[in-house]
Amino acid sequence: MQELVNIFVKSIFVDNMVFAYFLGMCSYLAVSKKVSTAVGLGIAVIFVLSVTVPANYLLQNYVLAEGALAWVSEDFATIDLSFLSFILFIAIIASMVQLVEMLVEKFSPALYGALGIFLPLIAVNCAILGGSLFMQERNYANITEATVFGFGSGIGWFLAIVAIAAIREKIQYSNVPAPLKGLGITFIVTGLMGIGFMSFMGIKL
Amino acid sequence: MKAIHDFLEDNIKPHFEKGAKYEKLWPVFDGFYTFLFVPGHTTPGKGAHIRDGIDLKRTMNTVIMALVPCLLFGMWNVGYHHYNALGIDAAFIDQFIFGAIKVIPIVIVSYGVGLGLEFLFCVIKGHQIEEGYLVSGMLIPLIMPVDIPLWMVAISVAFAVVIGKEVFGGTGMNIFNPALLARAFAFFAYPTYMSGDKVWINTSVQEGQAVVDGFSGATILGDLATTGTTNYSPLEAFIGMIPGSIGETSTLLVLLGAGLLIFTGIGSWRIMLSAVIGGAIMGLIFNGFAEYAISPEQQAFMAVPFWQQLIFGGFAFGVVFMATDPVSGSQTELGKYYYGFFIGFFAIMIRVFNPAYPEGIMLAILFMNTMAPLIDHYVIQANIKKRQKRLALKTAGA
Repeated sequence: MQELVNIFVKSIFVDNMVFAYFLGMCSYLAVSKKVSTAVGLGIAVIFVLSVTVPANYLLQNYVLAEGALAWVSEDFATIDLSFLSFILFIAIIASMVQLVEMLVEKFSPALYGALGIFLPLIAVNCAILGGSLFMQERNYANITEATVFGFGSGIGWFLAIVAIAAIREKIQYSNVPAPLKGLGITFIVTGLMGIGFMSFMGIKL
Repeated sequence: MKAIHDFLEDNIKPHFEKGAKYEKLWPVFDGFYTFLFVPGHTTPGKGAHIRDGIDLKRTMNTVIMALVPCLLFGMWNVGYHHYNALGIDAAFIDQFIFGAIKVIPIVIVSYGVGLGLEFLFCVIKGHQIEEGYLVSGMLIPLIMPVDIPLWMVAISVAFAVVIGKEVFGGTGMNIFNPALLARAFAFFAYPTYMSGDKVWINTSVQEGQAVVDGFSGATILGDLATTGTTNYSPLEAFIGMIPGSIGETSTLLVLLGAGLLIFTGIGSWRIMLSAVIGGAIMGLIFNGFAEYAISPEQQAFMAVPFWQQLIFGGFAFGVVFMATDPVSGSQTELGKYYYGFFIGFFAIMIRVFNPAYPEGIMLAILFMNTMAPLIDHYVIQANIKKRQKRLALKTAGA
């Protein structure tokens, strides 16, 4: 249990996708003009991350890793398919996003309309693939840990995009020098927010 | 005063007015002029503006007055610890003079660099001088260790003023507290000069002097984080006779300043109160769960009574003078409670849980600075929803 809490808190604050690894920056910068749409996209990312990370965990441990195919037959025990992980992870992610898109369209047309192109674009959001690759690199012990990690990373990304959206709504009224207007100031704010998030760096639970 | 006023009006002002020789330097003149005299212009034409004697400059001056006790005490404290470390029985005045010699250059560098940059930006923008730096310039020396090299102060100040404030459009537009950004910059850029047990007490020796045996320059929180115990009593910590950044040590004098800020209505008592409550609650949680700590040192740290956590280190100073920054904090009255609460909560949490940082108040405030606009957003949205509901009820009833 303590291990799970540790992974959860770490993935939100310490290893924050945006501020620690600068992943998922494209949609983070593009969809953060308004808090309401940022919340929608953030929730979509949380959902996709907490579905794809465990799915890829199963794929990794029962198909791709060295000796993972041993459950099929003794002859496969030496096979190492991890060179396929990029392409298969992306395939899983793309199909999951497709599924999410169909579900959202069916059950919440309003949110579907608000998110527009950014919903299918989650498929190529580097935070999502990054989540799966970190999962592979960090060798989580079981599928619960992988799910908690995916969910926590999603929450961290959600927190980042919602916070920057609120800040951007606020600095609309600031007298920002012309060359820095728009993306320039957003990058600076992101860097300064990173300093704020550094408060959690190194926390041990 | 009248003579000075007439002299400025008649002899100096014409050189800076539109079309005159030093037209470009008008903001500089205006800045000094309004420092002495309330601006004489009135709202032109028709308008419903209310003019009040209290403007930005007066507000800032009040905060600086609240900071003066901390500054003077900080000077004495520097000297006191210096002579203690050398085992010399020095008179009060010697201690104070030694401290003043160490501290005043830092203040001068902070104001010189900061105001210089501020003037430069105002001249470029053709804007009135903004007084926002007056308080930051006083806060920055107070939160630096005494042994920090002056060029580091200068670079940190430049970073805070340019990246922390001017890129957002100057005073009143920034997202983060500039003074804390200066400290965070120095902290992450030059960690060896900003933490550890060497920097808090000046131990420069002259001929024939030596540091006493068994001397330790660690702060209370540094001691607690590494060993779980400290040599300083809570009373000493409350009065402020402890090592630390120059002006942050004395909780007593910070409370004095807090009284002035609350009395004049310049600092928000909501933020101060809820931050203290947040810190106390986190302290109580730690007291209750100390037995689950992962190491004996951490257990001892967690078992420190919650009220002692509030008087150690820079907690009080940060809460009173930095968290209440009206620009970077929450703007809504309800939001201020949440904002303050989480500052206190995170400050104590970082202090105890994070071995990388002995003190957490700086980063807790910066973190909540990033979250403050979000808190405000949701407070406003909730308010809008409440009013819409009320309106719907009214129209339905009619």
